[in-house]
Amino acid sequence: MRSVDLEESSVRELNGELHRLTPETNETRWVIEHPQGKHAIACGLDAPVTVEVKGHVGYYCAGMNKHATIVIHGNAGVGVAENMVSGEVRVKGDASQAAGATGVGGLLVIEGNASARCGISMKGIDIVVKGSIGPMSAFMAQAGTLVVFGDAGEALGDSIYEARLFVRGSVASLGADCIEKPLSDEDKVILREVLERAGLSAGSDGGPDGFRLYGSARKLYHFHVDNVDAY
Amino acid sequence: MCGIVGLFLKNPGLHPELGFHLAAMLGVMSDRGPDSAGFAVYGSSQADHVKLTLRAASAVEIREAVAALGKAGAGDLDSVFHDTHAVVSVPLAREQEVRLLIARDSRVTLVGVGARMELFKEVGLPEQVAKRFELSGMSGTHGIGHTRMATESAVTTRGAHPFSTGKDQCLVHNGSLSNHCGVRRFLSREGLTFETDNDSEVAAGFLTWRMQQGASLEQALTDSLADLDGFFTFVVGTESGFAVLRDPISCKPAVMAETDDYVAFGSEYRALAVLPNAGKARVFEPEPARVYAWELR
Repeated sequence: MRSVDLEESSVRELNGELHRLTPETNETRWVIEHPQGKHAIACGLDAPVTVEVKGHVGYYCAGMNKHATIVIHGNAGVGVAENMVSGEVRVKGDASQAAGATGVGGLLVIEGNASARCGISMKGIDIVVKGSIGPMSAFMAQAGTLVVFGDAGEALGDSIYEARLFVRGSVASLGADCIEKPLSDEDKVILREVLERAGLSAGSDGGPDGFRLYGSARKLYHFHVDNVDAY
Repeated sequence: MCGIVGLFLKNPGLHPELGFHLAAMLGVMSDRGPDSAGFAVYGSSQADHVKLTLRAASAVEIREAVAALGKAGAGDLDSVFHDTHAVVSVPLAREQEVRLLIARDSRVTLVGVGARMELFKEVGLPEQVAKRFELSGMSGTHGIGHTRMATESAVTTRGAHPFSTGKDQCLVHNGSLSNHCGVRRFLSREGLTFETDNDSEVAAGFLTWRMQQGASLEQALTDSLADLDGFFTFVVGTESGFAVLRDPISCKPAVMAETDDYVAFGSEYRALAVLPNAGKARVFEPEPARVYAWELR
């Protein structure tokens, strides 16, 4: 196990070391001490290693992640796991705004709450939030799955494309072109699969039946003949 | 960008350390706002006296100006000097008289007035500004601070935060208001005066106006949601109160930490990490359009 104390090393040094790891590396377990809210910790990793961060992190932690598993034992600042490609990021506390923004793949699990714009412009990432999410979440979400055990804030899924939004609690309001949809068997399989990957048993944490599904009404991004006069 | 911080001490045992912690928080926020910095500290008060914080162009000039005020009729003023600023304690009965003398001296600017509030601001790196004013030695119950990256107006001391538009009232702001000209015109008709063209001063003025009409700090902030348009995170101090408000889409960052000893605000968690027992604090992000307020007991 490698231990790095951010009171002694800079984030740049830490990230440099992590970036130099090859896919075959034997240094597969890293522990980061004293993150103190610093920005860009463990960004851009592409080796299959596990990084445990012992404390609260600042902006963009675990951004652009590929293959790595990053566990944050604390709260995360703005844009945790933004633009993730694959791998897993787990936040033991709360996440600030824009968690999982623009992610194209991988799994982000937030065990506390996420604030505004969670999953904004998500493009294939799966996000599971055990608490609640803030307003304007999944804005322009294109693909992927957002699962929320708690409540969702205002304007959920505004201008959404084809992402699936599963919410078990209440939704303050839906954004433009976002509607509730019937939960099909296919949706239930997808939801159960995401929950299993997140390590949440469907039974104890509520099976798929407890969730409602929200998605696109497909009226915004399809051309409507009534608008032909605009051209 | 700008950085803002605030610290409200619940444990009186920490009062002597207020400035020390506030200085550390401001220092961390230097890279969010390296242009200028300012802070207000709510310290001790003296019965039937008011504290006037004055500013001049240099440490020499403020001493000359305060001496000149004395000769001009203000008498022997009880003054404490901090670099370019002086805090002058005046009997309430003589407040108007002394303020008239101050207004006549073009070298000095009245920065803030209050029973407990002292207010300092200067151009320069926040860490150095805090050092120049000896912030780390100041004690008090609560304080707020700001590190500025100017966007709406020039990098001048006048444009630095906090802005004070009423006795013991001050505000720091991260963001920009889009309807400040209209609100300033309205408030001017209501009798308020403004020192700058800065949007944040208008926000401070709005709260002062509502509190003049009897609103509590909490109520005044709630009212601002209807009348102020734009991006904002405000941290506000009054003689006994401390409050935080974010705009309805939470455009600007904010994080808070609470322990049995204190409530702290920072633009980023980094600014809170320097506080005692920060690792054990309840750390949370204030919700948009919700007023968070604390009062001294």
